[in-house]
Amino acid sequence: MEVSGLVKKYGSVVAVDGLDLVVERGSVLALLGPNGAGKTTTVEVCEGFRRADGGSVRVLGSDPRSPDLRARVGVMPQGGGGYPGVRADEMLRLVAACAARPLDPAWLLDVLGLSGVGRTPYKRLSGGQQQRLSLACALVGRPELVFLDEPTAGMDPQARRLVWELVGALRSDGVSVLLTTHLMDEAEALADAVVIMDGGRVVAAGTPAELTSPHADDQQLRFRARPGLDLSLLTGALPEGLRVREASRGTYLVQGRIDPQVVSTVTSWCAQQGVLAEELTVARRSLEDVFLDLTGRELRS
Amino acid sequence: MSGFAPGTFTPAPGRGRLGRMLWAQTRTEAVLTLRNGEQVLLTVLIPVALLVALSLMSVVPMPEPRVGSAVARILALAVISSAFTGQAIALGFDRRYGVLKRLAATALPRWLLVAGRVAAGFAVVAVQVVILCVTALLLGWQPPTAAGALWAVVLLVLGTLSFGALGVLLGGALRAEIVLALANIAWFLLLLVGGVALGVDGLPSWLVTVVELLPSAALAEGLQSALVDGSAPGVRPVLVLIAWGVAAGTLASRTTKLG
Ligand SMILES: Nc1ncnc2c1ncn2[C@@H]1O[C@H](COP(=O)(O)OP(=O)(O)OP(=O)(O)O)[C@@H](O)[C@H]1O
Ligand SMILES: [Mg+2]
Repeated sequence: MEVSGLVKKYGSVVAVDGLDLVVERGSVLALLGPNGAGKTTTVEVCEGFRRADGGSVRVLGSDPRSPDLRARVGVMPQGGGGYPGVRADEMLRLVAACAARPLDPAWLLDVLGLSGVGRTPYKRLSGGQQQRLSLACALVGRPELVFLDEPTAGMDPQARRLVWELVGALRSDGVSVLLTTHLMDEAEALADAVVIMDGGRVVAAGTPAELTSPHADDQQLRFRARPGLDLSLLTGALPEGLRVREASRGTYLVQGRIDPQVVSTVTSWCAQQGVLAEELTVARRSLEDVFLDLTGRELRS
Repeated sequence: MSGFAPGTFTPAPGRGRLGRMLWAQTRTEAVLTLRNGEQVLLTVLIPVALLVALSLMSVVPMPEPRVGSAVARILALAVISSAFTGQAIALGFDRRYGVLKRLAATALPRWLLVAGRVAAGFAVVAVQVVILCVTALLLGWQPPTAAGALWAVVLLVLGTLSFGALGVLLGGALRAEIVLALANIAWFLLLLVGGVALGVDGLPSWLVTVVELLPSAALAEGLQSALVDGSAPGVRPVLVLIAWGVAAGTLASRTTKLG
């Protein structure tokens, strides 16, 4: 699947502004970005629900609006997807009836933990149960490519892990996946490729590893201590080129090339201040940090 | 959690058989209507209650034979209730819940999505007709001639299509709550002044001309000819129904939104 130079406007609002991305066959691409970044818009153009105002989109070699594509693609929209009064199992069976060789609906309901609510009307399912049913509907037709728009939104941790596992299984069975998320850990855990977007544009793209560790001297040391410590002495004691700041109340960040000497300097400074450094960790940048660096904003505002 | 056997999700895409898809969708939509309490109230209980009231009480003026005239009018009302009001409300909320998008994302062709809804509409009307006719027989209704019955079926089909198109026009374009309000108001107006409960006889002549051009009056009048007189409906009622249906259908195909 290939998107290049995609532009989509709603009146005067430019929701997607020259976006490029490629999903390789059998791989998982995560489209990551804050609310309003244009993720759903991008996905809906690829699903053929919206017409692009510019650029080109090819899905499995066809125009995304081609009717022949419908059977080959599974879609999990962001929210919704059942008649208000339909029972969960009826809805899944209806969608299964549209496919030539569907998965067994009863099995799928069971896998997604929905057997107990199979006879519950859609509007009385909880948000997370509706999401799971929607995922089941996306997968039941054995598609080649699936679009999952925020598949884990509103799910409890157990259901989230299940979705992660499912995405892993899809990938190893050769299904291509385009998913959107706000969750950095989700993108890092699932995706072969990550495209970070903001304001309708791509701000970074690559594998999670490429994005999170571009340079050896771009590591960080993080610790928690009493808020409001005076950092000038610490800055002075550390080698040139290291940046120190209180990233959020009580969380301190040292960024740059972190070696054993740096860790030792930090702990002895803490001892001088009479504070205990808690949760002291040395880590690669997370995708969260990448996003912050690129846009100057937190991902979740 | 031990994971999934390799090959569980190996792609095997393909479109289901058309007949099976049509059946699945028709069945689901018809069952949903008949399971919904408010829809049953609107499409079955109220028409049956009005049929009994019109047949037994002489508050509303009604040509003789009384039960026969009541059946004609209430069958017209039943079509308006299910094909128009019920359809519009259901569509409004289906859109709100994202069903149309969901189905449009499956291999179900668009024309089949429409065909399934139409077929479900006919199924519900058939159930209404059976229940109302049995009630009428219990009230002493003299069934019409074979020719009259045949014309009645033609008119019911035409009326269902026409009002169905109007229902889709309303339910496919506006917000669910607005659809709900408008569809109910329209139902009341058509019942009271649209030539359904009251014939056009008592009205001033300029108003008669207007009312006679409404699909509700056309359907009621046509059914009156077929069921009471056992004769073919006039040309005007048939043309009025076709004109409304074609106009509403054409417009609806442009204005109906999936979500
Ligand atoms: N139907 C619409 N009409 C007008 N503007 C819209 C419409 N849908 C989205 N937008 C605007 O387009 C921009 C992108 O929206 P989009 O839904 O694609 O974001 P998103 O990345 O999916 O956000 P979220 O994380 O909240 O789901 C937003 O500024 C939004 O206000
Ligand atoms: Mg979105």
